Amino acid sequence: MFRNWKINILFIALGGFILLFIIAPLVGVYLKTSFEDYSATIADEEVRRSIGLTLYASMAGTVLFGIGAIPLAYILARRSFPFKGIVNGIIDLPVIIPHSAAGIAILGVVSRSTLVGQAGESVGISFVGGVAGIVVAMAFVSIPFLINAARDGFAAVPERLEKAALNLGASPLKVFFTISLPLAKKHIITGLTMMWARGLSEFGAVVIIAYHPMVTPVLIWERFASYGLQYARPIAAVFMAVCLIIFIAMRLLTRNTYNVKA
Amino acid sequence: MLKLNDISVKLGDFSLNDISLQVPSGSYLTVLGLSGAGKTVLLEIIAGLIKPDKGDVYINNQKITHIPVQKRKTGLVYQDLCLFPHKNVKSNIAYALKNRKMSRGDMNKRIDELLQQTGISHLKHRYPESLSGGEAQRVALARTLASDPKILLLDEPLASLDVKLKAELRSLLRKINETGKTIVHVTHDYTEAVTLSSHIAVIENGNLVQTGAPEEIFRNPKSEFVARLSGYKNLFPCMIDEKAYNGIKRAVLKNKVEVFFSGNSDVKGQGFIIVPSEDIIISEKEISSSALNHFKGTIKKLFVHGSSIDMIIDAGIDFSVTITKKSQRELGLNPGKVVWLNFKASAVRFIDK
Repeated sequence: MFRNWKINILFIALGGFILLFIIAPLVGVYLKTSFEDYSATIADEEVRRSIGLTLYASMAGTVLFGIGAIPLAYILARRSFPFKGIVNGIIDLPVIIPHSAAGIAILGVVSRSTLVGQAGESVGISFVGGVAGIVVAMAFVSIPFLINAARDGFAAVPERLEKAALNLGASPLKVFFTISLPLAKKHIITGLTMMWARGLSEFGAVVIIAYHPMVTPVLIWERFASYGLQYARPIAAVFMAVCLIIFIAMRLLTRNTYNVKA
Repeated sequence: MLKLNDISVKLGDFSLNDISLQVPSGSYLTVLGLSGAGKTVLLEIIAGLIKPDKGDVYINNQKITHIPVQKRKTGLVYQDLCLFPHKNVKSNIAYALKNRKMSRGDMNKRIDELLQQTGISHLKHRYPESLSGGEAQRVALARTLASDPKILLLDEPLASLDVKLKAELRSLLRKINETGKTIVHVTHDYTEAVTLSSHIAVIENGNLVQTGAPEEIFRNPKSEFVARLSGYKNLFPCMIDEKAYNGIKRAVLKNKVEVFFSGNSDVKGQGFIIVPSEDIIISEKEISSSALNHFKGTIKKLFVHGSSIDMIIDAGIDFSVTITKKSQRELGLNPGKVVWLNFKASAVRFIDK
């Protein structure tokens, strides 16, 4: 521990600057938005629809892809296999590549000329310019958050607890659902929340797959480009508030969740 | 009956080599060895958590080597117990019962029986993190018994408990064994092995070096390792004379050999006494001293380890005495010689049954 007061002051000053750097622009958005702007924005049908769509699409992506991501995280935490390091690296790719590039890459898989695109069309799902495309784009860029958090969660569950459960006569699948999953719950919920949050904020990948229907980040961009800052800022303020309320609620709900001591 | 047939496994640097042993149903087998000798691995092989490279496991003449863990009915209690931290005591026990199709009423009845048998009814709604070591140990036993195992596998069950709790838990284990449950108990503690078991198997560096009844192993160790592992060689079952004389009690051993020891009035009934072999003084003639215990005996055998020598002396029962090479030479202590053994009552330790 540093006991030196000079260092303390220096570190507090530097740390304070960083906090200010995060908070000031956000607070600025709210201070510069008038009450009339808020009420007009909330009354705007297009804004309300886009916020609803954004929340829904990201939630759908998180749930749909979570069904596969959680078992994958378990395998990565528990088993060793050849090229595991490469698999772990692949999972982080969506975070590393530029998101507009990710959009182009996804488009290459889901556009109407591809097998996936045609299969979707045949059952009435259109990816390009459709909600399904938005869901896929959001999930693509946000899934590493869930996999990494869930993997850390499973890794923190002592393997012996699983062995003990097997020994008591439980099937491997039952052990997964009654021991591994509940004990990794806190990590997994954090991962789901992070994935959802990341999906909500996605612009680059989504805008390439589907400009319409308009998710809120795209709407903010559109209003900014067409009408200017004045018109974009209130939507940003409302959207941020909705996100904040949801995440604070999630935090409170999961605060007392049991966390296994490794 | 538990039978291991030629079990071998290699795990990294460690290996178990050609382990074969057999104990009848209802036995209490102690697997004795230093830590890292492969005792836990052996339990995991019996439980099916580790697949042996070679060899087979049989329970009641049924080969179970290829039966998956969850269908084996071998109740393994790990040293760290592995209670489920997110479930209370009742739910921990219920977890094992839920795997045996049972009605809710039967399940609750069985839970209460098990809680009572292990003496933890008052802990029913507590969570593992709030339990003491001894309490947690009992919960782990109750949970494992709930799965109705054909055999109970215990990994160092007494290691982390204090003396009083050890005695209580020993008596619980004995009671469980008396219901006919076969127990395999892994330990590095010789006193546990002797006070509990009907059979002992000694493991050294992944090899089974000796098996047999406790008496046989400690009176007749086949290797120096076994001899050394039995830290206290003079451990004898005894009956305690009810009366105390000024804080001195009298233990009656086999062949009516009587040993005096310091003990208070709550020491009674059956138990074991330990006479540390370093505390026995050898003299050529009977001596008068402050020591209360004097025995005349004949030297049967000598075992040399480094600079010290262990002698087995028959004085109605076989005592093991540790002396230096120098005194062995000077007193001419060789097999056949008649000597006197002397030790203080305060040197004798008593272990409750």
